[in-house]
Amino acid sequence: MKDYRFDFHLHSCLSPCGSEDMTPANITAMCALAGYDIIALTDHNTVGNCAAFCEAAKQWDLLALPGMELTCVEEVHVVCLFPDLEHAIPFGDYVRRHLPPMDNDPRFFGPQLLMDSRDQLLGEETAMLAGATDIGIYEVAALVRDYGGLAYPAHIDRDSFSVLSNLGLWDSEMGFSLAEISSRCPPELLQRPDLAGLRFVTGCDAHYLDQISDPKQSMNLSEKSINAVFHWLINSQSSG
Amino acid sequence: MTVQELVSQLELTVFHLEDGGRAVTGGGYCGDLLSWVMGKAPADGVWMTIMSNVNVAAVAALTDLACVILTESVAPDDPLLRKAELQGINLLGSSLSTYECAVKLSAALGG
Repeated sequence: MKDYRFDFHLHSCLSPCGSEDMTPANITAMCALAGYDIIALTDHNTVGNCAAFCEAAKQWDLLALPGMELTCVEEVHVVCLFPDLEHAIPFGDYVRRHLPPMDNDPRFFGPQLLMDSRDQLLGEETAMLAGATDIGIYEVAALVRDYGGLAYPAHIDRDSFSVLSNLGLWDSEMGFSLAEISSRCPPELLQRPDLAGLRFVTGCDAHYLDQISDPKQSMNLSEKSINAVFHWLINSQSSG
Repeated sequence: MTVQELVSQLELTVFHLEDGGRAVTGGGYCGDLLSWVMGKAPADGVWMTIMSNVNVAAVAALTDLACVILTESVAPDDPLLRKAELQGINLLGSSLSTYECAVKLSAALGG
């Protein structure tokens, strides 16, 4: 068994609010330098840069998961992780059909850049990724499971786009057994009675290269594999 | 009525006033879920919300609002204030609840 340092909340230049420097090549290089072993790309409502991200991660010997930060109809953000592109891409197609019917306006929300693994621009995503989908928070856990992935609410300690800010409480009926907290989460928040029994992971939610911080957490695995990561996420009793 | 006159009549806090002479002709809209506001807030109107994050500026610019009023004594976070200055958004505040603020706005705009 060995400890592997991880972060599963990173944005690329495809997220409207992500820095244009957050190319898949740059993110993976920065994560390798910072000492990560396992990382996931979670752009807002899209998996469009995940192929480049997974490809770019290979040269650094990083284990890379394709993912997404889904915006529910309640404007709650949910991290969705998938074992491979074959599972992530159909989910991305599903979410695309549930986006608001308007185009992105880069003047207000920023550009949405599709890249390959070698920093070549492939094009711009025109759909409005900054908005909310019409997918409800109570649907997400089962929906993502049906697509072969795992979902958990993002940065529940923040005062916007979080379960606790927008819904006011944690309801176990949502079906999540994990929750993400930010690195600035006050420890006393986790003592709330409604969070009892929940497990937590930290996400750096980097939108800029300098927000890729030193690893905050690790997972103890028998091997560095996607299977082991998902087993840990589903079964581990503590975030290590 | 101009935004500046609204500031006086509703005793609003000024976080950023880019264009006090701008006319308020679109009425008002109350809401906190940005995706709803994005599709429904009227141009040249007043948006009342308790949201204080950076996306408020983007939504206000997109919908071409005359001004935003943060209610319930909510203050903008730093990124929102910077974005409001950058994008020239009239960003105001009120100690009233969103309902009370909307009632006063309605009276000020002539019912």
